[in-house]
This record gives sequence, structure tokens and C-alpha cells, in this order.
Amino acid sequence: MTAYLCRRMLYALPILLGINLLTFGLFFVVNSLDNMARMQLGERHVTQEAIEKWKHAHGYDLPLLWDATAAGTDKFTRTLFYRNSLGLFTFRFGRSDGGRDIGYDLRQRMFPSLAIALPVLLLELALATSLGLMVALLRGSYFDRWLTLGCVAAMSISSLFFIIAGQYLIAKLLRLTPISGYDDGFAAFKFLALPVLVQVAAGLGANVRWNRTVFLEEISKDYVRTAWAKGLTEKQVLWRHVLRNALLPLLTAIVVTLPSLFLGSLITESFFAVPGLGSYTIDAIQNQDFAIVRAMVFLGSCLYILGLMLTDISYAWADPRVRLAAS
Amino acid sequence: MRNLFRVVLAFAAAGAAQNSGAVEPWNAPYPAGERAQSIFFTTFQERPKHLDPVSAYSENEWLFTGEIYEPPLQYHFLKRPYELIPLTVQAVPTAAYFDATGRSLPSDAPDTQISRVVYRLTIRPGIRYAPHPALARDQQGRLRYHHLRRMDIANISGLEGFPETGTRELIAEDYVYQIKRLAHPRLHSPIFGLMSRYILGLKDLAQRLNGLGVADEAYLDLRMFELPGAKVIDRYTFEITLSERYPQFIYWLALPFFAPVPWEADAFYFQPGMAERNLSLDWHPLGTGPYQLRENNPNRRMVLRRNPNFHPEFFPRKSTGEEAAQGPLTDAGARLPFIDEIRFVLEKEDIPEWNKFLQGYYDSSAIAPDGFDQAVRFDAEGRPELTPLMEARNIQLKVATQLSISYLGFNMLDPVVGGASERTVLLRRAIAIAVDVEEMISIFGNGRGIPAQGPLPPGIFGHRAGQRGINPLVYTWRDRHARRRSVAEAQSILQTAGYANGVDPATGAPLVLYFDAMTSGPDMKSLFSWYRKQFAKLGIDLVIRSTDYNRFQDKMQKGQAQIFSWGWNADYPDPENFLFLFYGPNGKARFGGENAGNYANPDFDKRFLLMRNLPNGPARQAVVDQLVEILRRDGPWLWGFHAQAYALQHAWVRNAIPNQMAHNALKYWRVMPGLRVARQRAWNQPVRGALLGLFFFVLLSTIPAVIGQWRRRRATAL
Amino acid sequence: MKLALLTTDVALLGTLILVLLYFWSLRQHKLTSQRWRTVLKTPTGGSAAILLAMYVGVAGLDSLRFTAGGETFTALDKMLWSLRTQVETTYSAPLAAFGYAKETRYEAHGKVARDYPRLVYGGRHLRNPAQDRSRDLILRVARGGLLGVAGFCALLGLFKITRRCPHAPFWMPLAARRWRAQVMVIAALCVLGGVIGALAADYHLLGTDKVGSDVLYLTLKSIRTGLVLGVVSSLIALPLAVTLGISAGYLGGWVDDLVQYLYTTLSSIPGVLLIAAAALSLDLLMQQQASDFASLASRADTKLLALCLVLGLTGWTSLCRLLRAEALKLRTIEFVSAARALGGTQLQILFRHLLPNTFHLVIITTVLSFSDLVLAEAVLTYIDIGVDPSMESWGNMINGARLELAREPVVWWSLMAALCGMFGLVLAANLFADAVRDAFDPRLNNTLLAAPR
Repeated sequence: MTAYLCRRMLYALPILLGINLLTFGLFFVVNSLDNMARMQLGERHVTQEAIEKWKHAHGYDLPLLWDATAAGTDKFTRTLFYRNSLGLFTFRFGRSDGGRDIGYDLRQRMFPSLAIALPVLLLELALATSLGLMVALLRGSYFDRWLTLGCVAAMSISSLFFIIAGQYLIAKLLRLTPISGYDDGFAAFKFLALPVLVQVAAGLGANVRWNRTVFLEEISKDYVRTAWAKGLTEKQVLWRHVLRNALLPLLTAIVVTLPSLFLGSLITESFFAVPGLGSYTIDAIQNQDFAIVRAMVFLGSCLYILGLMLTDISYAWADPRVRLAAS
Repeated sequence: MRNLFRVVLAFAAAGAAQNSGAVEPWNAPYPAGERAQSIFFTTFQERPKHLDPVSAYSENEWLFTGEIYEPPLQYHFLKRPYELIPLTVQAVPTAAYFDATGRSLPSDAPDTQISRVVYRLTIRPGIRYAPHPALARDQQGRLRYHHLRRMDIANISGLEGFPETGTRELIAEDYVYQIKRLAHPRLHSPIFGLMSRYILGLKDLAQRLNGLGVADEAYLDLRMFELPGAKVIDRYTFEITLSERYPQFIYWLALPFFAPVPWEADAFYFQPGMAERNLSLDWHPLGTGPYQLRENNPNRRMVLRRNPNFHPEFFPRKSTGEEAAQGPLTDAGARLPFIDEIRFVLEKEDIPEWNKFLQGYYDSSAIAPDGFDQAVRFDAEGRPELTPLMEARNIQLKVATQLSISYLGFNMLDPVVGGASERTVLLRRAIAIAVDVEEMISIFGNGRGIPAQGPLPPGIFGHRAGQRGINPLVYTWRDRHARRRSVAEAQSILQTAGYANGVDPATGAPLVLYFDAMTSGPDMKSLFSWYRKQFAKLGIDLVIRSTDYNRFQDKMQKGQAQIFSWGWNADYPDPENFLFLFYGPNGKARFGGENAGNYANPDFDKRFLLMRNLPNGPARQAVVDQLVEILRRDGPWLWGFHAQAYALQHAWVRNAIPNQMAHNALKYWRVMPGLRVARQRAWNQPVRGALLGLFFFVLLSTIPAVIGQWRRRRATAL
Repeated sequence: MKLALLTTDVALLGTLILVLLYFWSLRQHKLTSQRWRTVLKTPTGGSAAILLAMYVGVAGLDSLRFTAGGETFTALDKMLWSLRTQVETTYSAPLAAFGYAKETRYEAHGKVARDYPRLVYGGRHLRNPAQDRSRDLILRVARGGLLGVAGFCALLGLFKITRRCPHAPFWMPLAARRWRAQVMVIAALCVLGGVIGALAADYHLLGTDKVGSDVLYLTLKSIRTGLVLGVVSSLIALPLAVTLGISAGYLGGWVDDLVQYLYTTLSSIPGVLLIAAAALSLDLLMQQQASDFASLASRADTKLLALCLVLGLTGWTSLCRLLRAEALKLRTIEFVSAARALGGTQLQILFRHLLPNTFHLVIITTVLSFSDLVLAEAVLTYIDIGVDPSMESWGNMINGARLELAREPVVWWSLMAALCGMFGLVLAANLFADAVRDAFDPRLNNTLLAAPR
């Protein structure tokens, strides 16, 4: 197990390096630093001199990849790539182009994101699994057919619709929750109820359908037939055998959503003015604060890789036939 | 989960309590306790990038610095036209003129003789700074936090980390210190370029300071350096010396650039490790104004709280001249400020902000263009009035024409649309007639603007209203209204210019012009297609080159744009502040100035210099008229419109009199929290029946499943 | 009139031709054509295919671009010329005869009045709109419906003639149980088309937007943008995924390592961020070449193409992973070993033997991802990295509608039109994808869905 984890960690290194190179290329080679400076310095009266000052203050006046004028290892370390991209490996995110400590902001904004993502995950899991089971129980009936069609229809609705309609109906017309905003502690509940509801509704169609497929696939397997042949009731088969075995693919689906847990739901957070990581990222994209985008890309990738590793481990945990050392 | 359950139970209980009448609103974004205090709730869209008075130079920054800092002068809150009055000084200074030998000159002496212009200002004693750790002293009288090591502040993230605070009296030296800061090598002041032309020795000081090569983090004690243009005379008196006549300088003394900054602030913030923690004047300002910034969290909110040391200042009692106030001034003579706390909440989107205002959770709002029909309609005379919905809520409407202009500029360096040749002048004139500004205001601004007849908005000296003020090349005067000339007329002008039916004789195809635009927001698409429609009236194909703000700036700097839309907000109420946008030596591409269209006309430049130095009066009016006429003839801009600001306030806000120039108006405002809480409660009763409906819906939707299960069971049973 | 195709036009039309060629070539492959027939036979699959064909037809017409007299227009524009040119000044509600907002009117003697203006085009044939409008609307619906029924009967007649079965009555297809759903969908579309045509001729059926353009026209024009995004992105992603995936699985060794590294790296980056980063950069490249673009349309088109490129370059990884696994399985199977023993070159084996046997995966994945791409457009446009604001697209319509919802009375028609247009396309694509998967995926057998008895 440990050996396996170590190997996966080592394997993650070149991937993260590749990601760094890619974002570095996109943000430093393609986009000119002068433009960044002008963006950050504000509106009127920006002189070239001020731009140079800004670049110096943010350490952006270094060469990109290689400094031929420096001595020794400085040739490599006194460069933008070393300073701005490799530092991420130690989770030193540095300062945003707007001048704030990115690490501090990340720690602050993590909690609102989690406060939305966790309830969404749990509610979604409970609802989708029970609905999926129900459909599997009634497979072939009109209920199944129409619900499946309903799921496809729900999947075909743009997620923006759920947000816009939810905000309009529940917050504006019915006045049940605040329109947008956030507060710390338990006061956050009334702000989070609507975004959570909206996100659960938006994801329900796809999730129920996926669960149904998983359950049906499981039902068609030989052991289920055997179980039926043994004379077990339908309920026993479903609860004891199908649900337990279907857990595996369901688990995989959950673990892979880990990064989105942390990155928050970009659009939802932005619409509901929740100060989480998602709205952080959107703001950064819109302000072209590349230091933040870079950090978020790196963080998201790390989480994804972590998610993959957790999947493997959960496989081994849920299914004794899978042995990690063998893979 | 259990907490969730508990809250759901609470909801259910609230639903059960329906019979007991009104409940506290569920949709309130802040606790009831806060809503009952003297707090003014408003919004901000974007974090102010600078709060250091030396670099803050946009409206959203002045919104804060105006309340925190106090420059020597301010605008009278009620009087119109705007009038400068003392804020921290004893009297508004007058310029004294001297020649090279130091001999005093009369104020009408010719420019060539004048070599020194001196303003002497005396501040009122007893003004004190807001409490701040930079001014804290220990029992021996030493500054408490001025000898910190890096490790002392290792765990500090905000000013709360320094428990002790102190204050001291405002002295003349603080003003002088701030003027020197304009030349500080690490603080780039946007007005340094302009001021170094006038303030004696400022450029020289900047060069000296730059030459020192001080490390990035070290404190640079500007008190050690002489600046001939700013001198302390005694504890309360200082002098500013200009090297040439600049009558508009006095307006700058009402802007936060000339607000006092104590040297202790710089010494405090330039200690090692401070800047890394965002401990700087840009984040935590320190001034003598009515409010101090207590919370600066750009992710959520910014909070201004009353400065306990604020000097006695009173609501204006009565004033001669035009009154801006419409009702009786119940607060006349009362001590300022009235509001204890101003809370700016981050609102990125217009729509939630507008809806929360309607619910009563924000005290004031500018009308979002798309909420306009909901708020305002026009009476038979075309005057705005509130809709019944707004009137039912006793919302007050305040209208003021902004001292600004939004225009469509032509780049005069461009070979197709620029230059002074007959062809291009006529081309521009034809376009100016064809683009229906009135329609634009009506569609995109909901009528909130007046079409511009020239560069000067009403309220600025030199603007002419009525028939005398129209631009005769684009408008005619009929039935007591300015009417736009017809498209047919524009087409015939275009034909004279050599583009019959909009066809470019060089290519034989329709003339292609380029509109360089900034994209911002969803509204732009319709605006672009509207512009294309306007140009299509003349047969011209308008291509939109839309970019973000960065690249747009870049294009403007290089003079590569062709047609662009831009605006200008007055820094001060003087025609010079608009006409200098056409002064040749201010050309953007060549000299980096504010003349974005790169217009250059020697005749204009000569008269401009003359106009600049004249005092307001008939002589100046005559020159302004000439200047405006030259501009109308050459048409470097399509004059666009002057926006009108429509602001709404709830009934519990008092004294919210619009003042376009004052950046410290909030100290005159008052809220009445009792009324606010009552109204919020009345307007925001939740529709609790909906919850019940939802419950039944869920119950109903399980019926098919139950039926299915029942059928299945019967089938297997058979 | 001269043909003036833009790059995406060529790409879209080219893809359509390729797809048609593919179906034509199927006549030789009995098994595959059998499967496609299964797709069409299922009620949902067949109905979805008809709906999809409608969408594709509109997009195809909208890609045939011409210039004449200095104006550029598409075949669709030509067909909807009146919708395109009948522009009001600003908002008007669906089927309205009066404007949405009051307008200031200058009357003689400098008097100012404020009233709802009569629309220039909407309901202009009515002498007294307040009274006549509802009667006129009912008449038109009835007339349009009848016309639709007539059209449907004509179609049935045509079917009878081409099929040459003289004994059956011509309503036979309606009676046949097997194709009933499909025929009903066609009938419904005919009636709907008739009604829409009758109403849209003299009214703005879906209202007008802020600058007075007809929303029905905008919605129809947006179809092309959505389809281009889905089709062209897939077109870019497919070759990458296929070549890399199959060669990685079959060849193994360093090729496999490299391909695995590539797709793991790419898929590790959260999708939106990668797209945002790439879109921002491409945008800059386009700025530098700004003068190369002769017109607004070509600029917007290049931006759309760039977006497709970004989506394509970031979207190939999941298919690649599937194909690699499949190729890994296949290379040990007898017929591949046999081909190798017979001396086939690597290339031959890759494209003759492996590719056809993984093709079902390609089809399933492509059809499945298509709907995601159409949905993604709206979201990307919301965060300002989507299609050019000057281009008609559902994303732009939804984006604009955010502000419209705050108006009083609410301007709901743009939002609804965009959402419905998008919903139709995505629903059709999803249902079609389901049918395709059921027909093509060997793992799923149809007995699975039957209830145990």
C-alpha cells in the first residue's frame, strides 16, 4: 500500500510539472506583462515608468526561463519560471497581481465553498441513490420510462436556467431566502439554502440516470440471477446484493468530484455572491489576475490527482479482489 | 445533518406560527440588531485599488478616501454652482503673484512677467487624527510601534494586531509632507506629471529621491528634503508656490491628493514585513476625516466607522444663492456626522443589488438601467417621476446632470477619419448627424441623459442653454426644441465628402470603418448592433473591434484606434477641465496626455491658453464660445451625451442631496433606523404557503411510484 | 450573388457531407447499417433523429453564405428576410402590436407625450389592434394549422408514390404501429411549422429584443453557433483522440507512456480553467492580427473557431482513454495476431483492423459529448470567454436576459426562446445518444431493460 502510494506520488510530479509549464506558457509567453501591469494599476494616467515600477515590485522584471547574465545556479533561479511556477510545488502561492496574499485568501474562501459543496454532495447522493433504486425496482414500468425521460429532459436544461429561475422564484417572488450574500457561522444557512437547492436540482437528472444505469447493470449480472433463483425476495436482492456492489462505481463518481468540491461551483457562487473559491476564480479570470488563475489551476490539478488516488484506495477498500500492489 | 434538521424544524415552526402574524423577514441579509442601528447600508462593486491619497484617482477610491481624508478645501454641500469653502483651513486662499525679482504683481499681470504664484494656507488648530497604531505612544512618549522587528509582526494580518492606538493634532507640516509624497520614488502618483509642471521644484525633488536608490522596504524620511514649492511657515501655516499661473490649481486643493498624511504613517508602514501583509496606506488609511476604515475585506465588505476625534463641523445653516436642497433643512446647524457606520457590501451583479434595494436592505441605489422602467416614468412634460410602486414605498428620487461627457471620438491621426481635410471633416459631420444620440439615450440610458451640443455639460461655466447653445451643424431649432438634422442631409454631406451612398471610391465597396470598443457586460452586444445600424444609414460598414480594457488602453496609447467611445468626468467644475481634452500638447499618442483623439489645431491651442487664465466673466465666455465653435466645425468628437445620475433613497434616509463634486457628502446624510426596520418587516413577509405547497408537491410526486410498486406486487402475486 | 463561406461554414458543411458520405458507404456494411436502423426504429431515437435533422437543416442553410450588393447573408437569412429586416426600436412582447415601454413623443407646439408606441411591423395590418388582435391570432393559428395538416398529407402522398405500394391506403404510415411515434413527430412539426409561419409573417412571434431584432430570428440563427461548436470541436478532438488512443494501446512502450502522460496532464486541469486560460491567450493572438479581419463577421467567426479549437484540444482525453483501453484488449485477439502474422504493417493493422472495431466507441462518445458542448457555450459566455458578443448565440441571449429579468414587467421572452431552442437541441441529442448507445454498445443487451417476470 505505502509503496503504491509513493509510486503514485512520484508519478504525479511530472504531471504537475507539465501543468506548470503549460500555464506558464499561456500566461507569460502569450500575454504581455505590460498589459497585466496596466490592468492592475487602475485607470487614468498610467505611464510606462509606472508599469516598470509595478513589474519590479511584483518581481515580473525577470527573464522568463533562463538568465544568461546571472552566475551559477542563479541562471535558473533568477527567472520568472522558477519564482512563480515552481514555488507552487511547496504550496507557496505568493501574492496576487492585485497585491493580496493568495494563500490567505484561499484559506478564507475554502469554507464557504465547502459549506455549499458538502451539503450538495450529501443531498445529491441521498436523493439520487434512492430515486435510482426506486427506478431500478420498478424497471420497465411507465414510471421508469417517464422518469428516465424526465431525467434526460432535466439534463438538457442549461444549469443557468436553474440558477436564474431559482433566484427569481424563491428569493424574489416568495421572499423565502436572501437573494444573495453570505455570512459566517450558522447565519450562513439562510444564504446557502438556495444555492444548495439550485445545485442539487441541476445535478439530479444526470445523477439519477447514472445511478439507474449502474443499478441495472448490476441487476443483469449472473450472481443476481442466482440470488433470485435461490428464492430471495426482490427487496433482499436489491438491498443486500445490488446496492452493495453498485457502491463501487458510485464511489468512483463521488471521489472524482473532489476538485469541484474545493473549486466550488464557479457559476453558482458567482451568482449568489458567495465568497468561495469559485467566485474567486471567476473574478480572477475576469480581472486577468493570472497569479490567482495559476494557483487555482495548480490546486485543482493537485486535488484531481489526489482524487484519483483516493479512488484506487476506495476500490481496494470496497472490493477485496482489487489489490493495489498488483496494479 | 442534525443542525440542518434543527433549522428545518425551525422553519416548520415559523410556518406554524403563521397565525400569529408578521415575522422577522427570512430574507434579511443582516441580523435585525444591525438593521436597527445608525448604519448606512450600501454597496461596492470592485475593491478600490488604492486608498493612499497620493495614488487614489477614481470615483470608487474617492468614495472612501473622501470620507477618511481631509484636504484643505471642500465644496459647499448645498450651493450651486459649486463653490469652494474651507474645510481644515481658515479661509480659501487667494493667489499672490510675484515676478522674478520677488516683486508683488497685480492679479491681471501678463503671464510672461509672473515667475512665482504663492498660496498661503492657515489651518484651524485642534484638528486631530483618527486613532491609529502608527500614532500610539508609550508612557515615555516614544512611538509604540515604530521599532518592530520582522518577527514581531509575524502573526499579524491586520491592524487589529496592534492593540494600542494614539492620535495627535494636525499640523501644517503634514500637508507639506503629503505634497512631497507626490514625488516619492515608490508611490506613483497619477498627478505627479501634471503637478511637477507647476509646483516649484517638485520634479527636481523626484530626481533627487530617485537618485538615492533606497531599498524597497526602507523608510524614506521626506522631512529631510527641501521642496521650494511647499514650505512650512509656522505650526499651522504653510505655503504652496507654483512656477507659473494656474488658476485651476485651487480646485486641486479640494481633492484627496492634497490631504494631510502624518510622517508617522509612512514610518510605521515602511517597516520590514509590513508590505507583505498588506499593511500599508493603500489598505489601512489614516486621516482626520469624519470616518475611519475599520474593516477592509475586499471579499465581503468594507466598513467605515465614525472617527471619535472628528473636529466640530456643522450642517450648513442657510446659504445664499441657488439651493440644491428641496425640502426644509431640519438638520441645519447640527454637528456632523450623523451616521455611525457606513457599511459597503460587495455586490458584483446589478440585479441582486437592485432587488435588495427594493426589499429595503440597501438604503440607497443608483438605478440600474434595466430597473428603470420599474422605478421612474416621465410626466407629460418629460420630467421624471416615480412609478406608483416606488411611491407606495416612499422612495425619493434625486436627479442631477453629471459633470461628464460620453462621446464617440475619432482618432485624428487616422488616415480615413482623422485630419483636418475637407473630406474627413465632412465625413465626421455626416456621421455625427446620422448617429441618433437621442435614440441611444432613450434605449440604452432610459432617457437618463441630455444630448451634448459641445464638450461642456450644463453646470460648467461657459455652457449655453437653449437656442444659443445648439450645435447648428448637427441640430436645428424648431418648436422650442433642438432637432437633429435629417439623414438625407447627412447623406448629401457624405456625397460632398466623396463617399456617395457610403461607397468608398478607392475600392468601389462600402466604406469600412472600425469601431474600437471595450467589451464589458452583456449589454454591449445590443449597443454594437445599434451602432452598426446607425452607420448603415449612410451605407458605411462599421466593424466592431472589441477588446478588453487593457488592450484598448494599449491601442489608444499607440494611436491605433479609429473610432472609439469614451467618457470624461470633471475633476473640477471649470471649462478648462473639458477643453484641455483638445489641447494639442495633451495628445495621447504623441505626448501621453488626455487628448485621446489626438486633436491638434494651433488656433484652438492659442485661444485655449488665453481662456485658461481668464477669470469667469463675459470675456471668458466669449473665448469659450469661440473654442466650442472651432470644435464643432472640426468635429473631432461626435458629441454624445451628458449622463444624468438618478439616485434613489428610501424614506428613512435624509439629506441625500446630490452633489457631483463633493466626495465627502456622507457626513451630511442621516438614517432613521426605526422606520427602516418597520418597513423592511412590512415588505418582506415570506410567502410561507409556498413551503406547504412544496411539501405537497413532493408527496404527490411519490404517488406514481407507490402505484407502480402496488401493481408490481399484484402482478407477482398473481 | 457570390458564395462567401467563412471557415466555420466550410467546417460545418464539410462535416455534414462527411456524415452523409458515411451513411452512403454503410450500404456495404450490413451489421452497422442494421444498427443504425435500430436507432431509427426506437420511438425516442427516431423522433430525436427527426428533430436533430431539423436543427442540422437550419444550421446548414445558415452556413450557405453569400454576398451580393455589399451585403452578406445566408440562405436562411434569405428565407427569413422579412424577420431579418423588420426591426423595431426596442423590446416588444411576443405577438404584440404595441411597444413594451412608453416612449416620449414630440408633438406639435413642443408638447411632449408619453405613451406605448405602435410597433412598426408587429401587427401593422391591424386597423384597430386592441379589438382585432385576438380574433386575427385565432384565425391565423387555425389557418396555419390547416396548412400544416395539408403539408403533412402531401408528405404522406409523396411517401406513397415513392414507395409504390398501390394497395395500401395513403394514411398507412399512421396506422402502422412500428413507426407511429416518428410519424406523429413529423405531423406535429408540420402543424407547428404552419402555425409559426402564419403568425411570424405579420407578428413578432417571440417578441423583439433590446434593439428591436426579432427573437425568433435570433433563436434560429443561434442554432448554427451551437451546432458549429458541437460539431467542429468534435471534429478537432476526434483525430487526436483516435490516433493517439489507438496507437498508444496497440504500440505500447514509449508511445503509450507519452500519450498517457499527455492526457493525464491535460485532464488533471479543471476544465473551465484550462479553457479560460487558452481562450484568453487566443484572444490576444487575435488582437495582434486585428487588421487581418475584413469584417465583423469574419472576426466573430475566427473567435468561434478559436473557441472550438480550445474545446477540441482540451476535450479529446476521455475518448482517448477509452480507445487506448479498447486497443489494449484488441491487440491480443486472434484476428489482430493473424493480421500481424500475415505480415501487415503497423499502419495497416491500426487503421484496417483496430479502427473499425473501436468505431462504436467513437460514435457513442461523440454523440454523448455533443450535448455537453452545446450547454458549455452558455456557461462560457457567462464568464466572458465564450463566443463573440456580436454573434447570435443562445449563450449571448441568456447572458443579456439576466438584466431583462429585473425589468418590470419582466422581459422573459428572450430567455425562454434561448432556453427552449437549446433544450430542444440538447434533448434531441441526448435521446439520440441514448438510442445510439443502446444499439451500438455490445455490453448492453436489450434484454437488460425488460422486467423479470
